[in-house]
Amino acid sequence: MTWAPYTVDATHFYLQVYFWIIVAVLGGLFLFMTFVQGGQTLFHTAKDEMEERAILNSLGRKWELTFTTLVLFGGALYAAFPLFYSISFGGAYWVWMLILFAFVLQAVAYEYMNKPNNVIGKGAYKFFLYFNGVVGMVLLGAAVGTFFTGSNFSYDPVTKVLHWGVAKDGINLRGLEAAIDFKHGAWFNLAMGVLVFAAARILGALWLINDVDNNEFPDLIKRLRGVIKRCFVILLIALAIVLYGWITMKGYAYNIHDPKGIIYREEGKYLHNLLAFGALPLITLLVGLVLYVLGVLKSGFGSSNKGIWFSGLGIVLIGIIVFVIAGLFGTPFYPSYADLQSSLTIQNSSGSKYTLEVMAWVSVAVPFVLGYIIWVWYQMKKAGPITKEEIADPESHAY
Amino acid sequence: MTIDLNMLEWARAQFAMTALFHFFFVPFTLGMSFLVAFFETIYVKTGKQEWKEITQFWQTLFAINFALGLSTGIIHEFEFGTNWSTYSWVVGDIFGAPLAVEGIIAFFMEATFAAISFFGWKRVSKGVHLASTWLLAIGSNLSALWILIANGFMQHPSNEFLKFDIETSRAVMTDFWKLITQPVAQVKFLHTISAGYTLSSIFVLGISAYYLLRKKHVDFAKKSAAVAAAFGLVSSIFVAVIGDEHAYEVANTQPTKIAAMEGLYVGEKGAPIVAFGIPKDLPALKVNSNDEAFVFKIEIPKLLSILGKRDPDAYVPGLKDLIVGNPEYGIWPLSKLAQIGAEARADLRAYHEAKAKGDKAGMEAAKADFYSVVWSDDKLGLKLTKSDLIGYGFFKNVNNPDLIHPPVPPVFYSFHIMVGLGFWFILLFLASWVAIIKGTFENNRLLQQLAVISVPLPWIATSFGWMTAEIGRQPWTVFGMLPTAESATPIALQNVQATFFMFLTAFVILGIAELKILFTVVKHGPKGAH
Repeated sequence: MTWAPYTVDATHFYLQVYFWIIVAVLGGLFLFMTFVQGGQTLFHTAKDEMEERAILNSLGRKWELTFTTLVLFGGALYAAFPLFYSISFGGAYWVWMLILFAFVLQAVAYEYMNKPNNVIGKGAYKFFLYFNGVVGMVLLGAAVGTFFTGSNFSYDPVTKVLHWGVAKDGINLRGLEAAIDFKHGAWFNLAMGVLVFAAARILGALWLINDVDNNEFPDLIKRLRGVIKRCFVILLIALAIVLYGWITMKGYAYNIHDPKGIIYREEGKYLHNLLAFGALPLITLLVGLVLYVLGVLKSGFGSSNKGIWFSGLGIVLIGIIVFVIAGLFGTPFYPSYADLQSSLTIQNSSGSKYTLEVMAWVSVAVPFVLGYIIWVWYQMKKAGPITKEEIADPESHAY
Repeated sequence: MTIDLNMLEWARAQFAMTALFHFFFVPFTLGMSFLVAFFETIYVKTGKQEWKEITQFWQTLFAINFALGLSTGIIHEFEFGTNWSTYSWVVGDIFGAPLAVEGIIAFFMEATFAAISFFGWKRVSKGVHLASTWLLAIGSNLSALWILIANGFMQHPSNEFLKFDIETSRAVMTDFWKLITQPVAQVKFLHTISAGYTLSSIFVLGISAYYLLRKKHVDFAKKSAAVAAAFGLVSSIFVAVIGDEHAYEVANTQPTKIAAMEGLYVGEKGAPIVAFGIPKDLPALKVNSNDEAFVFKIEIPKLLSILGKRDPDAYVPGLKDLIVGNPEYGIWPLSKLAQIGAEARADLRAYHEAKAKGDKAGMEAAKADFYSVVWSDDKLGLKLTKSDLIGYGFFKNVNNPDLIHPPVPPVFYSFHIMVGLGFWFILLFLASWVAIIKGTFENNRLLQQLAVISVPLPWIATSFGWMTAEIGRQPWTVFGMLPTAESATPIALQNVQATFFMFLTAFVILGIAELKILFTVVKHGPKGAH
């Protein structure tokens, strides 16, 4: 397959590919940062107040970064693929609203949880964090699942005004049908949800093992290693289902050279995508998986506290490949099973060439931003792990 | 498109609620981030522990507020998609870009350096910490810049930086630089950030005055008040100056909004400003003189013409003129605008029908008419094509022309309350600043009491300012281009109602929690702040 399209504007096409890769990288980085969400489901591993505050303070310094990555992920999709923004957010209304709600609740929980007179009590804020970590992750995973299984929508070919279909018994579930409509791949969406949740939870435990002083909190570290082991089994099951799905699923496809962009179904489409470009996506995916498992082995089964860096890099690679095979190589990244030709591709849903060019210039800032984030991260980290002394220090803005 | 009007009102209410709630926290962040940076700079320069305590106390209050500001901010980004999906498609090519830039340039700066500023007191050097506090403030204010560029586009979608693309049936960006430098966006940005500085200065001044009234933390309160009064005085004067500039931009880009702000039904040469008044809510066509549109009013002659047009005798059109037209001043009637808009929409349809049939000539003809010039001014170098007026094509019912302008009373009151409060803030800061210089502030109980009572007022002023801008923009989401009714997601009413109450419940609970936590910290005072 030749890469450069010869019937459509090549520059515009390359920009669309470039922005899809940016979306993929942001998606991968976001998946890494979900160690915050995963960590939020681990408060029960703390057996005393100090252990709990260690978890709270460790995650409380990073949640804003995860949050901001999600915001930028949304912003990049808006700027680069506005039709997706319109159709998916407006269509799968409840999925996105619930995800949003889970993140709104999270944002205040850290700051308010241990403050006096916080009205609803510590337990409620802890529940908000838990809710964000479970519901937020499962729904986000399932939403990405629909990038492969498709959704129930069509739109007016001229005005692009959305129509979201009724899934069941005359009730329009606005996206939630993705979890119950097994004819249209709910099993795959749910497996993706569980996979993202389990992966985040393992990352959360790996992060805490790294960030909390191992000598001062030996029992907490031990219990966290236990969580990793148990969660790893769930992760492997969900992963097996997802991989099975990719290999066997009848995917969605179109020809990038076709100016009309006619969408059709193709057996084994996602397997073909994994094997495209000299199987580079497959190799990257395998490297990612190996790194992720290596991190789990090091810090879950072994006694190292460096596992997060291996699993973290691993999940970034895995995340990138998930988006790459969902949207590149002539694949509609947001397919519609209700009306095949309404499916969204990076070509039919993108911003204008001019806007993408401008945004491409702006994206030059990304390495710089990444640079200072890493620098700040390093500055904060080099003073050592979180200790009891720091948590108790009234001058440290500890939670 | 069939949009349930009831649903539309709920969708608007939801957006208004989230925006209003979000905007309680935004101006505070904009100003407080700088005040904290000022305090920390003094600490680093003098090396005195008491300034560190001052910095950390105000930073604690800042952080409590920052969390809620962040969490309510994300709702908007998503709500554009969930509740305003048609809007997101039709103008996403222009509107999405500043939002993405905001994420890359501003939000990461905010989030990253907030981590050092809040948690890094003992983890990094003094210099790095101070720099981080400043970068947090700059990042916050940059995010305001980008979102107000996006908002500026909604207020004034000039064909200098966009055009309506017939091929994709949406607006596309043509000049990014002109989008970000357009005066409407720039004055909006300056007006908003300086309002934020004023708001947070009053907060610091008021709480300091509260301590002085109770003879508690006297040294702390005097120092804090001195910085706040100076910053507040400069900012509140700047708000008024740039507010005047802002009104000038509105007068020249959104005539319906400026007319509603002043309750101007019938256009006048040398138009006055209504200093005080009670406007009636009347259909514009029934009004024959501006006097009958008010229950009572006190005017300042010619001021609207001076402020809006920089000429005491200039003509300012009223709502009625904007409906029936006024040939003497070159104002087109709504019926003419609606006619041109309808033709543009017909061209759009014809183009796509021809395209479906493969009729190249038909496509070209439709396109030529779509972009044909309907008005031009060679002196100003401006021109309008049919495509620029496509939004007016949605106003089919010219028999109900009042749908073309915002309701007068809410816009009038919002604007006047905001302006009135703005002048009060200048007086308050001036008096406080003079008293502080003379050393009498500490014992001036009246001034202290006024400062305490004034603490909630800037929130009222900023909320009303926001309402002036956004209710005043109605019935458009993008002024003159996309009506609000054509922007919403086609969705059943119950979904919007349910999410409305979901967020309302969260906001009420979290809002109460925020205030209680804030009051508790203030009551404990600087020493027991952490």
